[in-house]
Amino acid sequence: MELTGAEIAIRCLQEEGVEYVFGYPGGAVLFIYDALFNQDKIKHILVRHEQAAVHAADGYSRSTEKVGVALVTSGPGATNAVTGIATAYMDSIPLVIISGQVSSSFIGEDAFQEVDTVGITRPCVKHNFLVKDVKDLAATLKKAFYLAKSGRPGPVLVDIPKDVSNMKAEFSYPQLTAIRSYNPPTHGDVAQIKQAAQLLLDAKRPMVYTGGGVVLSGASRHLLDLAHLLGFPVTNTLMGLGGYPATDKQFVGMVGMHGTYEANMAMHHCDVLLAVGARFDDRVIGNVQHFSQVPRKIIHVDIDPSSIAKRVKVDVAIVGDVAHVLGDLLAVLHGSKQKVDQAALAAWWKQIDEWRSKNCMVFKNSDEVIKPQYVIQKLHEITGGDAFITSDVGQHQMWAAQYYKFNQPRRWINSGGLGTMGFGLPAAMGVQLAHPGATVACVTGEGSIQMNIQELSTCKQFRLPIKIVALNNRYLGMVRQWQEFFHGNRYSESYMDALPDFVKLAEAYGHVGMRIEKPSDVEPALKEAFARKDDLVFLDFKTDQTENVFPMVPGGKGLSEVILAEDL
Amino acid sequence: MRHIISLLMENEAGALSRVAGLFSARGYNIESLTVAPTEDATMSRMTIVTSGSDDVIEQINKQLNKLVEVVAVMDMNEGEHLERELMLVKVRAEGAAREEMKRMADIFRGRIIDVADQFYTIELTGAGSKLDSFLQAIDRSLILETVRTGACGIGRGKRILKL
Repeated sequence: MELTGAEIAIRCLQEEGVEYVFGYPGGAVLFIYDALFNQDKIKHILVRHEQAAVHAADGYSRSTEKVGVALVTSGPGATNAVTGIATAYMDSIPLVIISGQVSSSFIGEDAFQEVDTVGITRPCVKHNFLVKDVKDLAATLKKAFYLAKSGRPGPVLVDIPKDVSNMKAEFSYPQLTAIRSYNPPTHGDVAQIKQAAQLLLDAKRPMVYTGGGVVLSGASRHLLDLAHLLGFPVTNTLMGLGGYPATDKQFVGMVGMHGTYEANMAMHHCDVLLAVGARFDDRVIGNVQHFSQVPRKIIHVDIDPSSIAKRVKVDVAIVGDVAHVLGDLLAVLHGSKQKVDQAALAAWWKQIDEWRSKNCMVFKNSDEVIKPQYVIQKLHEITGGDAFITSDVGQHQMWAAQYYKFNQPRRWINSGGLGTMGFGLPAAMGVQLAHPGATVACVTGEGSIQMNIQELSTCKQFRLPIKIVALNNRYLGMVRQWQEFFHGNRYSESYMDALPDFVKLAEAYGHVGMRIEKPSDVEPALKEAFARKDDLVFLDFKTDQTENVFPMVPGGKGLSEVILAEDL
Repeated sequence: MRHIISLLMENEAGALSRVAGLFSARGYNIESLTVAPTEDATMSRMTIVTSGSDDVIEQINKQLNKLVEVVAVMDMNEGEHLERELMLVKVRAEGAAREEMKRMADIFRGRIIDVADQFYTIELTGAGSKLDSFLQAIDRSLILETVRTGACGIGRGKRILKL
């Protein structure tokens, strides 16, 4: 059957089982929007800015493990999408972004709304394509979906010139033929896995450190089994939260710059470190030299060979899908006669419990002013610890990560790698659409929320009852905190003046707004907001202006050089 | 240390920019880079001469392998290999220097491929270091123009980079 390029594109999305396309129309994608209009399988979510389209597709994907899809026009449509694409790339989120391009004959002529989209996005996509011939379109989209979700996932962009979307070709959705240059690993090397098992069994002070790879690979169950079999302590990175249940007694909290004292000390002092789907990021291990000065054996499991030995040297490298590798590792351990040295492990746990007894997450609550940590604790309580929490970037993000105890994967949705302010609200839209009945909260600040505040309009149009929990301290809090610590209290441009009245603003968009100024009002306000199942509620919490995030490993310092609130 | 990395990649528009972009984005050195089609029209072969510590070279190899259009990567320095580069040098060749220049070209097994009243154009092939030596051996003031292709490399004997 002969179809136009636009019709082919939409048919391909249908064949891939796409439910939602997040997008914004424009000249170069008019034929594609026309094809969308003529069908009802795929629902289009009209955002108010292309960055939000990609974040929404991203939130949809993170909360479901499906591929998120965004559709934008050429030129500014594509450039607006770039921040969203880079965000997904840094966190390895599978997306397919379709961008319109000016007609083939205009390419290179500085045509209206022309930009070299493939060139601009090249460093922040897993791969991208410019479709020059309508006959290649279906095969290209098939490849795009396969590349996005296989191996280490990531965003893939397909740029379609306007004329290609209007030309006709015979359509049949192709089977995937192997891509000779692309062979993502699945199973890890057996000999390496055996070596890893031996190191783990010989360990005196073992530590398990896991990241976003566990969540992406769906390996939480394997991780829990492994940890329980061995009795080892487990920490998660910011991206890995929920990959291991936070309320499990072997969980020592988040690791890294704002991780717990016990997690950071255990990471630093362990003698065998099992790193799974994590990449020794600078926000995780701090100063590399400081980290590496302690002799310890490192086992690194990752699907991406280039993540291994990038920042730290490792002793056993296992390239493979985390779920497969952990499954194989479990089998080897089950089959082994040797058992873990229980005496050494007990001594190690005694040490860890000593670190734990510092109670590094305790904060001084107040009757006068709302403490941000308190808001998150109450949020956790009132939502039964079972909500989808998206966040923006800054102090509120760290408090959400620290105080909302995630017990399941894909519930904590934040921009870990790129640190994109403005991510939270559009991501929450994608999450809410993917889980219509679920409780979705966006933890944000008065700075971040304004970076994509226009999406309140999208939320109204599609009746998305997101709860916005804004920790409003009238500062760009994390910037202010760093200025306090490292720039002599000179708060250069970090104070937010002339803030809008968020209650009125929410109302202007047709939502419910609440302002909360007293600690005693926190709980009732949250209860009321979450009881309103059909409404978007904007909760504007006026919080303590000068609260800092602790513990804190200052930039350039080592994990054992962590500063606690009590140190100051 | 200097490394010669050879790779086969899909002969697609933009593939070269992916490799060049990778090097600039990650701060790797490129001493030279050459690319041309192979006997298989669907693939190009690229030779990159780079330098860095062992860790950096390992990352370069991994990052190149990660590019979707890269079919195969070989670090020539991991085994026996040959390196060749082509250079064309235009030199002033007058009076006594004319005969001397011919002698030097012969010594380096070069060929004079263009002769004009006052000029020779000499073609030389060899490892990069040999070409450097030639330029050092002749009177620098006589060099008018040099153009070099950058190195290409191939494994010795059974070392074959093929799909």
